[in-house]
Amino acid sequence: MTDSKYFTTTKKGEIFELKAELNSDKKEKKKEAVKKVIASMTVGKDVSALFPDVVNCMQTDNLELKKLVYLYLMNYAKSQPDMAIMAVNTFVKDCEDLNPLIRALAVRTMGCIRVDKITEYLCEPLRKCLKDEDPYVRKTAAVCVAKLHDINAQLVEDQGFLDTLKDLISDSNPMVVANAVAALSEIAESHPNSNLLDLNPQTINKLLTALNECTEWGQIFILDCLASYLPRDDRESQSICERVTPRLSHANSAVVLSAVKVLMKFMEMLPKDLDYYGTLLKKLAPPLVTLLSAEPELQYVALRNINLIVQKRPEILKHEMKVFFVKYNDPIYVKLEKLDIMIRLASQANIAQVLAELKEYATEVDVDFVRKAVRAIGRCAIKVEQSAERCVSTLLDLIQTKVNYVVQEAIVVIKDIFRKYPNKYESVIATLCENLDSLDEPEARAAMIWIVGEYAERIDNADELLESFLEGFHDESTQVQLQLLTAIVKLFLKKPTETQELVQQVLSLATQDSDNPDLRDRGYIYWRLLSTDPVAAKEVVLAEKPLISEETDLIEPTLLEELICHIGTLASVYHKPPSAFVEGSRGVQHKRLPPRAGSGESTESPDVGQSGPSEAPPAVIPSQGDLLGDLLNLDLAPPTATVPSVQPSMQMGAMDLLGGGLDSLMGAGLGAAPAAMPASLGGAPAVGGGLGDLFDLGGGVGMPTGSYVAPKTVWLLAMKAKGLEISGTFARRGGIIQMDLSLTNKAMSVMTDFAIQFNRNSFGLAPAGPLQVLTPLSPNQTIDVSLPLSTSGPVMKMEPLNNLQVIYPPTK
Amino acid sequence: MSASAVFVLDLKGKVLICRNYKGDVDMSEIDHFFTLLVQQEEEGLLCPVMSHGNVHFLWIKHSNLYLVATTNKNSNASLVYAFLYKLVEVFTEYFKELEEESIQDNFVVVYELLDELMDFGFPQTTDSKILQEYITQQGNKLEVAKTKVPTTVTNAVSWRSEGIRYKKNEVFIDVIESINVLVNANGSVMSSDIVGSIKLKTMLSGMPELRLGLNDRMLFALTGRDKGKAVTMEDVKFHQCVRLSRFESDRTISFIPPDGESELMSYRINTHVKPLIWIESVIEKFSHSRVEIMVKAKGQFKKQSVANNVEIRVPVPSDADSPKFKTSTGHAKYVPEKNLVVWSIKSFPGGKEFLMRAHFGLPSVENHEMEGRPPITVKFEIPYFTVSGIQVRYMKIIEKSGYQALPWVRYITQSGGDDDGLHQCGVCAAGPRR
Repeated sequence: MTDSKYFTTTKKGEIFELKAELNSDKKEKKKEAVKKVIASMTVGKDVSALFPDVVNCMQTDNLELKKLVYLYLMNYAKSQPDMAIMAVNTFVKDCEDLNPLIRALAVRTMGCIRVDKITEYLCEPLRKCLKDEDPYVRKTAAVCVAKLHDINAQLVEDQGFLDTLKDLISDSNPMVVANAVAALSEIAESHPNSNLLDLNPQTINKLLTALNECTEWGQIFILDCLASYLPRDDRESQSICERVTPRLSHANSAVVLSAVKVLMKFMEMLPKDLDYYGTLLKKLAPPLVTLLSAEPELQYVALRNINLIVQKRPEILKHEMKVFFVKYNDPIYVKLEKLDIMIRLASQANIAQVLAELKEYATEVDVDFVRKAVRAIGRCAIKVEQSAERCVSTLLDLIQTKVNYVVQEAIVVIKDIFRKYPNKYESVIATLCENLDSLDEPEARAAMIWIVGEYAERIDNADELLESFLEGFHDESTQVQLQLLTAIVKLFLKKPTETQELVQQVLSLATQDSDNPDLRDRGYIYWRLLSTDPVAAKEVVLAEKPLISEETDLIEPTLLEELICHIGTLASVYHKPPSAFVEGSRGVQHKRLPPRAGSGESTESPDVGQSGPSEAPPAVIPSQGDLLGDLLNLDLAPPTATVPSVQPSMQMGAMDLLGGGLDSLMGAGLGAAPAAMPASLGGAPAVGGGLGDLFDLGGGVGMPTGSYVAPKTVWLLAMKAKGLEISGTFARRGGIIQMDLSLTNKAMSVMTDFAIQFNRNSFGLAPAGPLQVLTPLSPNQTIDVSLPLSTSGPVMKMEPLNNLQVIYPPTK
Repeated sequence: MSASAVFVLDLKGKVLICRNYKGDVDMSEIDHFFTLLVQQEEEGLLCPVMSHGNVHFLWIKHSNLYLVATTNKNSNASLVYAFLYKLVEVFTEYFKELEEESIQDNFVVVYELLDELMDFGFPQTTDSKILQEYITQQGNKLEVAKTKVPTTVTNAVSWRSEGIRYKKNEVFIDVIESINVLVNANGSVMSSDIVGSIKLKTMLSGMPELRLGLNDRMLFALTGRDKGKAVTMEDVKFHQCVRLSRFESDRTISFIPPDGESELMSYRINTHVKPLIWIESVIEKFSHSRVEIMVKAKGQFKKQSVANNVEIRVPVPSDADSPKFKTSTGHAKYVPEKNLVVWSIKSFPGGKEFLMRAHFGLPSVENHEMEGRPPITVKFEIPYFTVSGIQVRYMKIIEKSGYQALPWVRYITQSGGDDDGLHQCGVCAAGPRR
């Protein structure tokens, strides 16, 4: 006998019939009727009309019937709030039942009835249940507090439930502790500023003890909660790590990932020369690898997280390349993620193996995967210089296959290889030109056109090739049109005699026949450049391009840090901060990794690893669409400049110089500069002072320079920065942008050794000289400094545009 | 923190049953799920996380069902997937098969289980053995007096109930090692790993305290102290019942076992093993006429051991026809729906070598569709043999009543992967693959 028979009654007058059955005297009949009601509810029929009759069945000693009625209540109470009150009495009674199962069931269901009116009746029963003798009831009641808080936060606070919940953290039963932690974390999430989870070494100790005893899910709640704790010093951090490490051997992947999160975070505080630090690094690799034998969805989550971990601490998995090799029956989402990680781990030591694999992948059947594999080969060439030659020949082999999409992808990546190793592999151009006709994707066409323009002097029939593209100019995508325009101008500058007609044709097509402002503007600029000063035009258009960086797609360091704090969650899967996809979390503070203890080794940043501080960390490539870069024909592959500075040595005091930033900068530099100008040049790359020129331009237009300096505003409050208060403004004196600072020591001790570092910002602002603070700053003393700034620093578009992050690490 | 609601959908995207845990996501949002799924499938960009507006769908597929969790928070994604798989496990243990029909046939129990498994998005008790003590399918048998909360639910030992009785106290220990070897066309081993597991079938009374002793070599491997020639274990995973902190401190595997069958531990060894059954193949494809396949299999394990139920699966083009086979032992069969030749050998002694030849016709009109090139796979099992050399030295069983209990141990090595799957296991292919 199965339950499916309940679904089969579909005759008319059903509701009426059910009503009669529900009011029957016979217990069996009643239960059957309730089952039918639930079955109708399951298939989506509205049976809310039966509310009073079903609620009448609530007072029964049959547990199964009771559960069904409760289920019904949860579904329909909201639509019948007035009648839901009828149920309150039974709930109150059930909360005092002799059977703990019923007490728990009542308190669990109560919380699920989201009717404001009845919540206050539920406070007393809940209070009793929180102190129940049976842990099963207590653990259910703990969760109920979170439910109630969700409906009526004020009520929960007024009734003192939060304190009771906090007390449950010390409960003797590990399950109760786990649920209390889960409930508190949930509540704290909606009140980011409340000090609800007031974690201290004592509570942490309790949590760690409970961690050993509770269910796998409870372990996850506790680990996730631990991850939000900030240990006082490296010793505490180490002792927590030691007690969390055994969780890495748990069979549940989610437990493992949550443990990894705690370790990755607290590790940040451990001094690097500590033996334990090395041990911990070694311990992290095997569990991460094992996650790859979990179910595909869990593998996917693991891989997205490994992608972050590899960026943060490449040393953990650097010897594990092989495990990321793709299995032919992996789901596509797993394949693509593995490929990404393979490239990140590629190094001189393993490149041969990686290339062999990639070549194999490039002949698979799945188009998306093949494309990505071909791209990966190009990225390997750029990343591992020793392998470039082999990569190029592999790509040429692939082009010979004449498989359309393989050829197109190969051409796109070969263009990047040209950018990275100029004048080295141009011999392949001839082969590329053979495939001109088969290119139908804009990106590949654009790449090919770029190549032809760039090497116009070596391609005999470059003009013919470009001319052939010009015929269908208006049908091309913008990307191709822009590229064609630039390529023909380049060609003209290289071979002016024979291509004059061609260049005029393209300029008129771009400026007169096009509706696209980008294209038009670029056309005009070229036109004027060419007509006024061909020599300057040559200098601009044919200028030497900065090399492209080896690492692409790196996540910006502050975001990476935040994501590391969210390992295992959706944020880590999307690689986006939670504020980007969760409503109502905008004001929430972004999570940060804790600062490393001990300033002795702090000069070495965690990211740089063994490469040493002298080597600049890989720059993050800004997103595409940088107009200025395009103008200077840097094109497509977004260029990056090397980063002159070492990573922040201490995260302390990093802050946003919001507000004032842009306004004062603009006030100082440009007066009433047209706001649209810098905005349109938003993500402009740091091209030899490109933006600086712009400022000059502003000055030249007739802005009185240095006419107005915004008053200093407080940028950093003393309480946030261990007693250092900073106020400042931007000024422009003699064509140089300066940052005027007032440093006030509000701490008890003397401060010395000031240094300053600018994080990447929208304007490429960077200090032009060291921060000159000559005297040690004694308590309550204030000094004024002026720091000359240049705009040659790395540029990264910030949101908002005028967001500028500056780090002052005073070492005491 | 985790799921807002959980849905079970059929293959057409119709909701079969659902449970709203938090009420912060509109239940009608699920209507977008199937549209998104179809759309992603068409674009070939299927992903286990999908979002619509600020609602995120985390889903898995099981037989003819989709299990979907919704959320609008930054949920712990790994927890959600682990929970969905746990759901499958619990339902399967309750209903034997989890599919559309079994959900409908048992909707009352499904609701009860959904209520018990998760509360407000927090997974609770998910051990089906314990759940079965207080949520039973025969609802009418439930009398009030009987349904007390099993103390197990909230005990520190949440996986074993008290008061279990057996006339004869026994525990069966199975040591199973699956090996996965991938060999490329040139005959070099691309990757090899061994996944081992120790499975228990416990039939012991009371609350016994067990201690498992492994051979020293293995223990050293576990601790990573062994730097020498011996195998090194990459990673060990234990059942919830094993005291992890104890293992961490003194390497003792001590536990109170769950009743019945369970997997006590699993381990992974990433070491170079030579393929136990070495395959060489020559596949010659004469377009428009025929394919000729020659496969040679050689047992590269101890002469005393015998591999049982060996199955060598050789992929053939999908348009092949009129198969002809010749084998030196066992028999070969063409499985057209999977485009495979399956050569099965009942018992395959170590050191022996066997041969199979196959001949297929090809149509004169060429198939233009690109085909994947799945590797040749080998399935087998070798009893009384482990690659890693793991040995159970002792199993100490202590119970306060002081009964005598007998431990039994079995060893088996097998090829990795699922039974039906064409996994990359024990694969060796030499010569041109196609």
